Amino acid sequence: MTHRVVVTGWGVVSSIGRTAASYWESLKDGVCGIAEATLIPADQLNQKVVAEVKNFDPRAHFDDRQVAMLDRVAQFAVVAAREAVAHAGISFGDGLSEKTATIIGTGVGGQNTQDDNYKRLYGEGAKRLHPLTIPKLMVNAPASQVSMHCGLRGPAFAVASACASGTHAIGLAFQQVRSGAVPCAVTGGADACITFGTMKGWEAMRVTAPDTCRPFSRDRKGLVIGEGAAAVVLESLEHAQARGARILGEIIGFGMSSDAGDLTSPDEGGMVRAIEDALADARLAPSDVQYVNAHGTGTAANDEVETSALKRAFGRHSQQLVISSNKSMLGHALGAAGALELVATLMSMQEAIVPPTVNYLGPDPKCDLDCVPNAARPMQMDTALSNSFAFGGLNAVLALRRSV
Amino acid sequence: MNNVAADIIAIIAKRVPPEKRNLAPTDRLDELGIDSFNAVEMIFDLEEKFDIQIPYNSNDVRPEFQTVGDVIAAITKLIGSHP
Repeated sequence: MTHRVVVTGWGVVSSIGRTAASYWESLKDGVCGIAEATLIPADQLNQKVVAEVKNFDPRAHFDDRQVAMLDRVAQFAVVAAREAVAHAGISFGDGLSEKTATIIGTGVGGQNTQDDNYKRLYGEGAKRLHPLTIPKLMVNAPASQVSMHCGLRGPAFAVASACASGTHAIGLAFQQVRSGAVPCAVTGGADACITFGTMKGWEAMRVTAPDTCRPFSRDRKGLVIGEGAAAVVLESLEHAQARGARILGEIIGFGMSSDAGDLTSPDEGGMVRAIEDALADARLAPSDVQYVNAHGTGTAANDEVETSALKRAFGRHSQQLVISSNKSMLGHALGAAGALELVATLMSMQEAIVPPTVNYLGPDPKCDLDCVPNAARPMQMDTALSNSFAFGGLNAVLALRRSV
Repeated sequence: MNNVAADIIAIIAKRVPPEKRNLAPTDRLDELGIDSFNAVEMIFDLEEKFDIQIPYNSNDVRPEFQTVGDVIAAITKLIGSHP
């Protein structure tokens, strides 16, 4: 027997708000979180803009002992997960802890720990590293720390698929709950890799923008690296109803595909297969979908290819489709992106407002779908998709419904 | 051909299939099969070889970088202005 899967809580740490409520206020107001880097020496970078989580004080959330054990990425993950659990009003007693899954997507893991320690070792000639170096930098640390801090003893693991990690994680958690393997899951994504070493790596790829992120716009210059985390509580509909939980939306389908082609160039066919897989999994016709939360990175290639893929997957209905890219405000928060965008999509449906694609300068003929440029739009939405397409050719698409 | 041009051509040739490695200045990079990833690696090699900083963003349309001769001209200029 399969189960309907509902979202009953969410939590957010982002460059435009460190709680879910402030995140939504910023999204609908089109607040852009992109600015010159402060966490790392911007004067030594060619591309100086990033989307940092501003004024994040770990000591507001953790005691000194805990802070020492948590890389910034795990801090973000735990803060978002705690907020989601509190928002859901759920407690994990009476055996629920052992039946709750923890699945957290992360692109690279504890990159601040890695960077700091390599600097000490190779740069400063340190003879030893801190004993918690390895458990802080491991890619499963955010998943493990969420399970520990929230007391979740069921299936727990990390998902790593670069820019699609958050969406893959949530998709797998959805499948776990739908299948009846578990009645409840805490899932999402986190990344915090605005470190000097990582940013020099991005700089070398020549895909980052010098000014800001302008998805689907003419004169867009590339992506902007962001950071953050988002988490959701998923439950079977029966479980949520039995405890009288407030239902925030429903996940109704999940599609995945792999390009098996170029390492970094987007592939229309791979995108189309993931979108069609999500529609089929949700038993949706293309015309049932009103809104797509696009991957929309702001690179020349992604936005053009994603537009073509949407046109192919949706056919004539693509002309009625409304899309937007939260990355215009959040930058690309990598492993957190899919989770932040899932929460944004659910909020958009609940509030009947599509957040804008900001920083838009004017149309690019190759990106000719309605991307809600620069100003939010009131719109009733019952069904939506959230797209994530990763380096390495790994594609993941979630299908969502507003209400039960 | 001077040494700098020969070095630049050797670096470009690394990105080209063996049968096309007899490069002429008028050869177009895209027709030589140099895709965006290869172009980025080629630029990295040129920066390392000549200790220069080449402004290049894959998202830009950069007409000055269309041919082998364009690359030679741009690099020669950058080296000339390098202290």
